[in-house]
Amino acid sequence: MGIEMKRVAVCAVAQHKCDSNIWHKRFQGMLLDVLEDIQKQTGMHFSEEGGVRSIVSASDDVFDARTISDNGITDVIGAHYREEEKMAQESLNALGYAMSIILSGHEDVVYVAGHCKESQGESRNVCTNLSYDPFYGRAMGLDYTNVAALQARAYMEKSGLTEEQMAKVVVRARQWAEKNPYANATEQVELGDVMYSPMLCDPIRTMHAYPVSDGAVVMLLASEERAHEFTDNPVWLTGFGSCMDSYFLGDRDLASNFALKQAAERAYKMAGVKDARKEIDLVEVMDCYAYQQPMWLEGLGFCGDGEGAKFIDEEGPAKYNVNLSGGMLAGNPIMTSGLYRMAEAVLQLKGDAGERQAADVNRAIAQSTTGGAGQFHTVVVLEK
Amino acid sequence: MAKKNRNVGIVGIGQTEYSSHKEHQNQAEMVNEAVRYALEDANITLDDIDCVLHGNMELFEMVFQPDMWHSLGSGAYGKDQFRITTGGTTGASLVCAADNLVASGMYDVVMAIGMEKLQEGHTTGGITNMADPLWFRHLQTGALTATTATMMMDEFGEERAKKAAMKYRILMDKHACLNPRAHRRFGLEYEQADDLMNTSPQLVGELRLIHMCSQSDGACVMIFASEKKAKKMCKTPVWIRDHITVHREETFNNFGIEMPEMTHHYAARKLFERNGIKDPVEYFDVFEMYDPSAWWGLDWAREFLLLKDDEHIKLLEDGEFDLDGKLPINPSGGVTASNPIGATAMLRPAEAAMQLRGDAGPQQIKKKVKHALASGFGGTLWSVLMMLEKDLDWQEVENG
Repeated sequence: MGIEMKRVAVCAVAQHKCDSNIWHKRFQGMLLDVLEDIQKQTGMHFSEEGGVRSIVSASDDVFDARTISDNGITDVIGAHYREEEKMAQESLNALGYAMSIILSGHEDVVYVAGHCKESQGESRNVCTNLSYDPFYGRAMGLDYTNVAALQARAYMEKSGLTEEQMAKVVVRARQWAEKNPYANATEQVELGDVMYSPMLCDPIRTMHAYPVSDGAVVMLLASEERAHEFTDNPVWLTGFGSCMDSYFLGDRDLASNFALKQAAERAYKMAGVKDARKEIDLVEVMDCYAYQQPMWLEGLGFCGDGEGAKFIDEEGPAKYNVNLSGGMLAGNPIMTSGLYRMAEAVLQLKGDAGERQAADVNRAIAQSTTGGAGQFHTVVVLEK
Repeated sequence: MAKKNRNVGIVGIGQTEYSSHKEHQNQAEMVNEAVRYALEDANITLDDIDCVLHGNMELFEMVFQPDMWHSLGSGAYGKDQFRITTGGTTGASLVCAADNLVASGMYDVVMAIGMEKLQEGHTTGGITNMADPLWFRHLQTGALTATTATMMMDEFGEERAKKAAMKYRILMDKHACLNPRAHRRFGLEYEQADDLMNTSPQLVGELRLIHMCSQSDGACVMIFASEKKAKKMCKTPVWIRDHITVHREETFNNFGIEMPEMTHHYAARKLFERNGIKDPVEYFDVFEMYDPSAWWGLDWAREFLLLKDDEHIKLLEDGEFDLDGKLPINPSGGVTASNPIGATAMLRPAEAAMQLRGDAGPQQIKKKVKHALASGFGGTLWSVLMMLEKDLDWQEVENG
């Protein structure tokens, strides 16, 4: 870094309950509800003096079916005559950018607002198919689901991950989701329900995949000097890192975790984390598909290379408090999952996680991914 | 303005040529061309870049998360990356973001990429799609509106307003003719003004085809570094002094109620106040403005420069916006000449920075350029305004 970094506080979070079809609310409505929630918690306002003057939104024009879709939410995120930038990427990156706005001295208070309604489209696969180049990939029908299936197969080959282990991940996710008032899929299932659920995209079964979800999450960030105006219990954002892998699937080793390992290394370095296994108490990963939970945990350094499958049997996820929110498998919209991961980590560090509250959580991480088969990863480190 | 954590310098600029079509390149290849020019300009390699910023509008080319594909040409492989999009303002948003990211200390060297390949989509369809599907989409006509033309004709009389808008347009074309990268270079002469005012096809009311910006393909790349690194890497880094972004809600006030303050005016008022700029026309040596049409360009000169009544028209009539005038506007030819939307608002600070370095090429202003202003426009009348400086010698305003 070369310079001494100041600390950035996460003062508060507000989540909209995820559901598979919030037909009765537009994305503006979801954002208004969470805005009112966080205003109640913090007393934040948008006045020129002492109010929020900088907003980072996170959403995607294709999912919103609107060009510059942030022009439709200016009023409900307080951006009228204010600075607003849209992170048109997985929402956890909005956190990294908001952090830089405060550390640069440009502003001391930043409001972060993410939303996505997967239910608006005929199929989310139609949206993600558009991520592939119009010459080869798109015509072949690639989308984030079938590309994940290729990665799942490669990872099963590498780690020996079994149907039973993947089912175990899903069963556990649903158990925690039941305790999370913001989770979507809370119905309890047994191993057999998962193992014999219909094949979606071999080897990914229907219940290995996160349900179609709508949702919105907001957060209030502030400089160390001003955090006390909004909370007496801030959580500190101390590390951020992201990394891009190559685009063409044939150019990548799909089971290698190339991007995640580097994103984690950068975030750990910024936060001064030397050994994740000893220094991290809670982990939220964006597991869109069951195989991703052990694979991402491996990339984050909680077990050795190729040992993710064994890690499941050794109850590693329980040991490290992985996805006590239920995780992505319990259903968050794709572009907003990172902020949901982050929100759970913040609540746990604040001691506000209700029935899900883990004991002695001092340092947590949140991870998110976008692009086909985890082409891009982001990792955030949070501390009490 | 709060004190910046550390200063940020512009150390590299790369641009493709702008044109209506680039069949010889796909999107990633076009991005790569500008990336190579910028690295060459900064005399560094991709290894020196810590973080890449990317921006364009997904629904113009209909590519979801295009930065994934473009990573083949952007050099983002193995690096941190952010993707920020705000419509027309995208390029300016990326520059502000690069400034924040470097100033924060999180990254030392950041490369920002603005691109658009409008030929591969339907631009007016894409822009119309920004309107609310329930209330406004059936009313919106892309970015085409004659509201400003009508208001200017009401205020200054039809003849003077039309003449002034056409003079502005021809001036921009004269500048564009000097710029080897500009997309549209017509070679217009002032003697053609009367003719064009009557014969150029009407788009909406008095907004005619000749007044309107182009739809272009192209990419612009800028590289930013911390003060320490910038001084080491570059003989003539250009410094980002301050920037302001002002968005507003989507509903337009078209019903005769008192007009709200333009975001342009608000941005200028706040930015100049906190930097102690009393007379912007006097202070700045060049203004690269995002002018989507000749009418808007002329009208917004009044807003951005905090002018009153017909001062902006007088400055234009007196030749003060010409290359040898008091405050040259858009030596690059501006947006009516070249408009690859995701890059357009980055071209403004890029061209302004080249003027400050003194290597803008044929469009270089002859007198000394020390202070530059650059603007971005996008969304529902949103503004970004930034100040660039040749030297690190400005005075911080107390409690500014």
